[in-house]
Amino acid sequence: MTLTAPVITRTAAAARAADVWKVYGSGEAQVVALRDVSVELERGRFTAIMGPSGSGKSTLMHCLAGLDAVTRGDVFVGDTKVTGLSDAGLTKLRREKVGFIFQQFNLLPTLTAEENILLPLAIAGRKPDRAWFQTVIDTVGLGDRLGHRPSQLSGGQQQRVACARALVSRPEVIFADEPTGNLDSRAGNEILTFLRRSVIEYGQTIVMVTHDANAASYADRVVFLADGRIVSSLDDPTADTVLDMLKAAAG
Amino acid sequence: MLRATLKSLLARKVRLVLSGLAVLLGVMFVSGSFVLTDAIGRSFDNMFSSALAETDVLVTAKPAIEVSEMEGEPVPGLLTAADLRRVQEIAPSAIGEISVDGARVIGSDGKVVTTYGPPRMGGNWTGEVGGLRLHEGVAPQKADEIVVNAALAKKAGIKVGDQVGVLTTKPKQTFKLVGIFGYEGGLDSRGPVDEVRFTDAVAQELMLGAEGYTSITVNSDKSPAALRDELKAGLGDRYVVQTGEEAAAAMANSFKAVLDVMNKILLGFAGVALFVGTFLILNTFSIIVAQRTKELALARALGAGRGQMIGSVLVEAVVIGLVASVLGLAAGVGVGALLAAYFANFTSLQLAGIAVPAAAVISAFTVGIVITVIAALLPAVRASRVPPVAALQEVATPDRPLTKLTAAGAIVTAAGGGAIAYGLRQQSLWFLMGGVLAAFVGVALLSPFVARPAVAMLGRLFSWSVPGKLGRLNSGRNPRRTAITAAALMVGIALVTGVNTIMTSAERSMRGDVAATFKADLVISGQESPGVQPTFDPVLLPRMQQVSGVDSVVATYADQIAVNGKPAYAQVQTDLPTVARLVSATTVAGTIAQPGPGEVVVDDNRGHALGDTVTVRSAKGTEKTYRVIGIFADTNLFGGYQFGADAIEGMRGGQPTFAYVDLADSADPAAARTALEGLLADSPEMRVQNQKEYIDNQTGEVAQFLLMVQVLLGLAMLIAVLGVVNTLALSVLERTREIGLLRAIGLGRMATMRMITVEAVVITVFGALLGLAVGVGLGSAVVEGLADEGLKELVLPWQQMGLYLGVGAVVGVLAAILPAIRAARTNVLGAIAYE
Ligand SMILES: Nc1ncnc2c1ncn2[C@@H]1O[C@H](COP(=O)(O)OP(=O)(O)OP(=O)(O)O)[C@@H](O)[C@H]1O
Ligand SMILES: [Mg+2]
Repeated sequence: MTLTAPVITRTAAAARAADVWKVYGSGEAQVVALRDVSVELERGRFTAIMGPSGSGKSTLMHCLAGLDAVTRGDVFVGDTKVTGLSDAGLTKLRREKVGFIFQQFNLLPTLTAEENILLPLAIAGRKPDRAWFQTVIDTVGLGDRLGHRPSQLSGGQQQRVACARALVSRPEVIFADEPTGNLDSRAGNEILTFLRRSVIEYGQTIVMVTHDANAASYADRVVFLADGRIVSSLDDPTADTVLDMLKAAAG
Repeated sequence: MLRATLKSLLARKVRLVLSGLAVLLGVMFVSGSFVLTDAIGRSFDNMFSSALAETDVLVTAKPAIEVSEMEGEPVPGLLTAADLRRVQEIAPSAIGEISVDGARVIGSDGKVVTTYGPPRMGGNWTGEVGGLRLHEGVAPQKADEIVVNAALAKKAGIKVGDQVGVLTTKPKQTFKLVGIFGYEGGLDSRGPVDEVRFTDAVAQELMLGAEGYTSITVNSDKSPAALRDELKAGLGDRYVVQTGEEAAAAMANSFKAVLDVMNKILLGFAGVALFVGTFLILNTFSIIVAQRTKELALARALGAGRGQMIGSVLVEAVVIGLVASVLGLAAGVGVGALLAAYFANFTSLQLAGIAVPAAAVISAFTVGIVITVIAALLPAVRASRVPPVAALQEVATPDRPLTKLTAAGAIVTAAGGGAIAYGLRQQSLWFLMGGVLAAFVGVALLSPFVARPAVAMLGRLFSWSVPGKLGRLNSGRNPRRTAITAAALMVGIALVTGVNTIMTSAERSMRGDVAATFKADLVISGQESPGVQPTFDPVLLPRMQQVSGVDSVVATYADQIAVNGKPAYAQVQTDLPTVARLVSATTVAGTIAQPGPGEVVVDDNRGHALGDTVTVRSAKGTEKTYRVIGIFADTNLFGGYQFGADAIEGMRGGQPTFAYVDLADSADPAAARTALEGLLADSPEMRVQNQKEYIDNQTGEVAQFLLMVQVLLGLAMLIAVLGVVNTLALSVLERTREIGLLRAIGLGRMATMRMITVEAVVITVFGALLGLAVGVGLGSAVVEGLADEGLKELVLPWQQMGLYLGVGAVVGVLAAILPAIRAARTNVLGAIAYE
């Protein structure tokens, strides 16, 4: 009798897509949202995904996060192969490995800001690390608003709460789909600054979908999608280089 | 956007169906009871007219004791042999008939053939007249010969030539079955009635205890009406003379009263169901209006008037009411027909066929449409108040203050309480019912105010888990919706709790009295037997007295009487002083000595003073005056008119129906009991019981009654469950995005289901608690109001109340199943993209 140890695919990537296809519908109505996409999102880095509307940005992010099943190919988050996970497996993945920040409706209206922030931990039955919680709160600057309910917070404050919630469980990777899409530029910049800081100071991995070249300039790297394919990428972007790249892609 | 529209439309459809279902169930109940009672009524009409089809004229005596409908059966008057001769002088073919309830055949298995209520007639065989046909054997000629109807012979397992024991007003006597008869049209029975026919003399002795007849049938070649008039003129006004048709109609009519009561009870429960349904409809329309706020505001902005807004909601209500009424009527006809067929099968009644009486149709549509429209009225008015600007705003469900609602609730509840108190004092059922109804509405109005703190408290029970806490928070979110959903459940639970509280208190008062005052060690009493008082032979008394360990045996004879024209019960104790000691009777005036001839002892509740003379008319119709020689205090255990032995001859059976047995201290109760039971072999329906068994037996009916009430109110609960499902389904739909978010941050499927279940359970347990509180309130009001009637203490049925609370929780879990599954299936992506 031989014992085979489980093979663990060690990668430096926090999340990885390998030859991923995503096809919606069939026949006439068939839409190919992702065509053979392979991408690695390095640990401890801030990656932005950009591209024209309908290019598959959200789809790619959803597939990476295990929110949506891929049609072909494999997706990994950390050591975990996401493709083929059961609902229980996906639930575990969401509890332990990933955090989300959506464009809006991030918070439960019945809970206070603090309760919202601690909700993922509560759901997973984990004890919050008080010191870390305090650090996160200080980072997003919510100290005096913790007892408020979402309806008593501004949109920018609500997004800050959402950031704190994503950060507090220290996930392998945080996915953010246009987190600043609904905010004015000042509130948006604040959020982006927090995200940037959490990458630099705490080594958090973040993947962010955005339309905004200025937002993308906060990232370490920008990946450009067009028509379901990765067409190019840009390290250490600035708003200008991103805009140039977009123009080039459009032209 | 289209997907969202479709989705919400679909969701609305489900909700409309759910509330329509509530109306449908209520309407079904209403029309079903009309269809059922109509079918049964006509079947009995047919039965009575076929029984009297061959009779031209029927002569009966006016009742010996007239009794109003509420007080039970009147005592029929007797016709004497002289009466028969007088009739025969006018119409020589006249036949004297005897037919009295209470002839019980002992079957081949040695057991008394029982019925669940229909009479077991004993009478005389007068030949193949009145539709009777001998199927087998011969007519009874000797005193020990009988014939029975074929259905009874089959039930009892007896055949021609068998020796058959029959219990009548006298204990068991054995007869030879010489014939089996049936009825015109090849029938084995007339509906559910069993019949034993003796010779004239035996029938008179055993069934009447007197020489006489219960009716005289006359046939001649004259027209029935002419014959009737001739007999009427010749006989005078002590007699009731009717043609066969008239008599059949009169019988059917008196039976209609019974059906009427049944119908009223069924309609009462239908009313409860509809009342609960009203809450459900109200809730549904409120939700629909809330959901369509934007749409309504847009319509207002485009110039729609308030009237138009109200109209648009009401039209929807009318349509739902109409559809539900049509379906409910159809279902009601089906259910009514089914129950009628079942009833006919059960009672061997020839079913007259199902018809849809106008009452069923009219009530179905009125009830269905009116209820729906009334329930939709409030939401409709609310719809008209939506300001046009709401179209432009992001309106979350506005949290309107509850002050007005709460004030209205307090006023209505107080008014209801007042009406209940007044109704109890004035013995007015209408005020009582109106008060209860108002109390329900009032509490329903108050409940949103209570909902928030109550739900917060209740929710603490579940807060140990995250899904539990989320569920609790969700149920506290919209106090109006939570409250109205809970209120629907409240009604049913309040009613059963109230009835239960009254019953339990009554039972406890009675038990308390008995335990404190009842000293007899054993009691000999008859089993519940429809229409009959089982008896035993008084010659057994000396032998019972001699049973080892028996100190004294006192037998009781009882029958109906009329005292100064008012119906009452007469009792004769073979030893009144001993009974008085055994029941701890206290003397109020005079002495409680054994009454001599012409003397009576009576309780202090009958309005007689010592030395009064009263005129007593016996069940056999004889009149005599008695002088009151003693008055004792009335108790639950002992009361009424206590006569001496001279009253026995006026009683129809002339046999004791009950006995008190006092044992010596040294006696072995079990041995004494066995010995007494042995002596009663010829009275198989008499049983010997100890104190506890006797009391249990007396209170056993209460339990049965409660069970029936609970089953019938199950319908109200069912409708309440629909309401909970409705509210939850809505919550899930409204919170799709939230549920998706929760799933995205790691809430598992099971946990999601748990969250919805907790929300449901918190609502239903809240409803159950409200119901318990209101039920206890109503129950104690009634107990308080009946303090004069012997309800001394308020006893809460804790065990049952616990059970109802449990039912509330279970109902919540059940109602949550579908919405919870739906929530657990929420597609995370779909939810986030949900517009
Ligand atoms: N559930 C779905 N069913 C069918 N097609 C879909 C579905 N979701 C997305 N698509 C299609 O897949 C393609 C990629 O969509 P995706 O949402 O990823 O685009 P995106 O880059 O995020 O666009 P945007 O910038 O507008 O958010 C689009 O053509 C879209 O129409
Ligand atoms: Mg997108």
